[in-house]
Amino acid sequence: MNKLRYLLFFAAPALLAIGCTSSAEDQRAAMETYAEIAFASYEDSYNAAVALDEAIDAFVSAPTASSLQAAKDAWLAAREPYGQSEAYRFADGPIDDADGPEGLLNAWPLDEAYVDYVLGAPDAGIVNNADQFPTISADLLVSLNEQGAEENVSVGYHAIEFLLWGQDLSETGAGNRPLTDYTTDANAERRKQYLATTSDLLLVHLKQMVDAWAPDADNYRSTFMTLDPEQALRNMLTGIGTLSKSELAVERIFVAVDNQDQEDEHSCFSDNTHRDIITNAQGIANVYRGSYQRTNGTTVSGTSLEDLVRNADSAVGDRISSYVDAALTASSAIPVPFDRAIINDQDAVLASVDALQDLGDSFVEGAQALGIAINTELPD
Amino acid sequence: MFGFFASSIRSVHPSRFVHGLGVLRYAVLLLVPVVLWGGLASCNRAALLSEVEPDEEFSGGRATVFNRSVNAFGLPAPGLTRQEERLFGVGNSFFNQNWVQSPASTTARDGLGPFFNARSCAGCHFKDGRGRAPEFDGESPTGYLVRVSVPGEVDAIGAPAGDPNYGKQVQNNAILDLQKEASVVLRYEELPGTYADGTPYSLRKPIVSFTDEAYGPLDGLAMSPRVANHMSGMGLLEAVPESTLRALADPDDLDGDGVSGRLNMVWNAAEGRATVGRFGWKANQPTLKQQVADAFHGDMGITTSIFMEENCTAAVPDCATQPNGGTPEIDEDDLDKVVLYSAALAVPARRDWEAPDVLRGKRYFREIGCESCHVSKLETGRSDIADVFSFQTIRPYTDLLLHDMGEGLADNRADFLATGREWRTPPLWGIGLFKTVNGHTNYLHDGRARNLAEAILWHGGEAEAAKEKFRHLDADERAAIIAFLESL
Repeated sequence: MNKLRYLLFFAAPALLAIGCTSSAEDQRAAMETYAEIAFASYEDSYNAAVALDEAIDAFVSAPTASSLQAAKDAWLAAREPYGQSEAYRFADGPIDDADGPEGLLNAWPLDEAYVDYVLGAPDAGIVNNADQFPTISADLLVSLNEQGAEENVSVGYHAIEFLLWGQDLSETGAGNRPLTDYTTDANAERRKQYLATTSDLLLVHLKQMVDAWAPDADNYRSTFMTLDPEQALRNMLTGIGTLSKSELAVERIFVAVDNQDQEDEHSCFSDNTHRDIITNAQGIANVYRGSYQRTNGTTVSGTSLEDLVRNADSAVGDRISSYVDAALTASSAIPVPFDRAIINDQDAVLASVDALQDLGDSFVEGAQALGIAINTELPD
Repeated sequence: MFGFFASSIRSVHPSRFVHGLGVLRYAVLLLVPVVLWGGLASCNRAALLSEVEPDEEFSGGRATVFNRSVNAFGLPAPGLTRQEERLFGVGNSFFNQNWVQSPASTTARDGLGPFFNARSCAGCHFKDGRGRAPEFDGESPTGYLVRVSVPGEVDAIGAPAGDPNYGKQVQNNAILDLQKEASVVLRYEELPGTYADGTPYSLRKPIVSFTDEAYGPLDGLAMSPRVANHMSGMGLLEAVPESTLRALADPDDLDGDGVSGRLNMVWNAAEGRATVGRFGWKANQPTLKQQVADAFHGDMGITTSIFMEENCTAAVPDCATQPNGGTPEIDEDDLDKVVLYSAALAVPARRDWEAPDVLRGKRYFREIGCESCHVSKLETGRSDIADVFSFQTIRPYTDLLLHDMGEGLADNRADFLATGREWRTPPLWGIGLFKTVNGHTNYLHDGRARNLAEAILWHGGEAEAAKEKFRHLDADERAAIIAFLESL
């Protein structure tokens, strides 16, 4: 039977080749662009996290209102490249493979009481639990992440966000953690240790992604570049399609507006969810258009999925390109802050859901235009 | 983070494949005999080939996904409408996220307890998959609970009568202000046996008891431990017409095959009367919505439109006076979203369905009589939940009926018409993926079987004859059956 199946697989492409006009060189060039942008996105994320780590070190060694603000500003800046890098999720890549660091970097929603005190529970969390956790170490925080429940998030961007901002109890603004949490509070030293440790871990985990996508190394990138181009293109389109249609449109936007609950917003402590949405959408555009503007203003670009689809079917290509524009526009049009927009501006929020789902569906069309033989999806 | 992030693109492909490439595939199936006649194959291979059925890999019909990853149970059925997909996402958020004690700032999800087994659905159905029994003393159960009742007594709706102190289920957690009911203690006794070819095996028989009983002794009760089931394909099972189940039933074994098959008739709260049961290990829930509401109520202490009263007994007066999260604690439309989510989790496609050992195992599975209860193929009717489940050919390997499974598996706790020896035939789709998704290979209602062979060897009662035939197969034949089951 196996032989027969191989016969089928060899025969199938001949029957399916209709519409597949992009050359193997073009496909490989688009893969190369994809890898280049992945590397640049993660390198920018890493460098911004280094700046964040330095700001956090400065804050914990001398906690003042201005050093706290500097750390918050650095966190916001660090989210900009990372949000764009999420276009590399759901693509069978290193970020979410079995050993991938995604859950250690960007897990959310986060149960605040797992980390630190919350309104009504002054002794809650790892920070205030010296009996159970006498020493706050990197190993401890990693071992506690997502233990027992998905919301038991101990590390990553959102743990840092909560430690910097605190609970968002404000109708109009973000969380407002008192500086005394890091000065006179009984557990100030433990909190500092927690913040500094999880910031260090962010660097460790982002470095894994930088290494995975670095050029000229024996790493995931070298594996990726040897993939059958059809498989690689499928991974690329699956990643941005899933982010657009499901993860961003539904998980990160629709659920929050449907539940009318800021607990369902991505960066709920800092009120930065609008930037999460915009940078995710920008990341999708980066991958599809094969062009990424780096943090330093330079641009990485090359042969793109957009080029391949246009060559294969210009009508489909035009349609997808217009959907990319529409998704970027709609994402940027959500009023700020997001936790008020889901109450007061639902039409604008839902328009972004529509636009992102339209875009996700159009990537399916784009894949078909590329003549990707969808039967190879079947398991061996 | 969530099971849902499954690719909508991935899930669209296979169904298009059916429509777009079906002709090609049938062409290949027709070509196959020609190639085989070319001298490649023995008669045996040709016979095996005839085991391959068109589209059999689509276990859930259109609601099948091709995914063998850790997220294999968490993907939405292909073909949901865009609105259904969105509500699936909301249902997923309610399924995954922890409920908290009232009062709380998290008003959408407060009302946990007062007594509970888990804080979220996913706490037991991790990755929408199969729970397991605790593995060591003190391990907090994740997807394992014990139902209790007064032997021989039923309540006003015909359900097993709960214990006056503990109710119908022992909750091993409570909110801060109350003591949890009790902790379960699990021991096993090894029961040695041998296959007909002399190969030894051992089955572990669970012995359940309690400690830390806070509200009086838990003695003299009927006890039935249960693991959380995987969530695949329930919208499809709900859409199997009642007439199909009635036709499969053979309560008096009129066909004389030694296998009866009975319908459970259970209280249907929405209709205010007894109707056919089809969900739960004893088919004691009539609809998916009531099954979900019962799990909210019994396992998490969350009230719904169906079960409005807190899960309290008169023996613990402090229970009913605790602050609650509203009446009901989950709104009707949110409950419906969790029901849609539960219905719409797709069935994973078969793996390796054309492999020779799998095909041999499939034939043996049929020949030794497993399909008398594990009915391979059913047709759905019109679904009230979503069109994607309507009029599908599905391969759940169940008849959804009750069967006497013998003394070894008996929980001796009757549940509506189900006797203490009867269990519902569980669907087998997806059972080969527990290891990938949930990191174990424990089977049966209380997770006692450590692998599929042990699960088969526990079969008794109406399944005794099939079990004995399995025991008399040689090692190669047994391995083929296991390979087949793992492909489901």
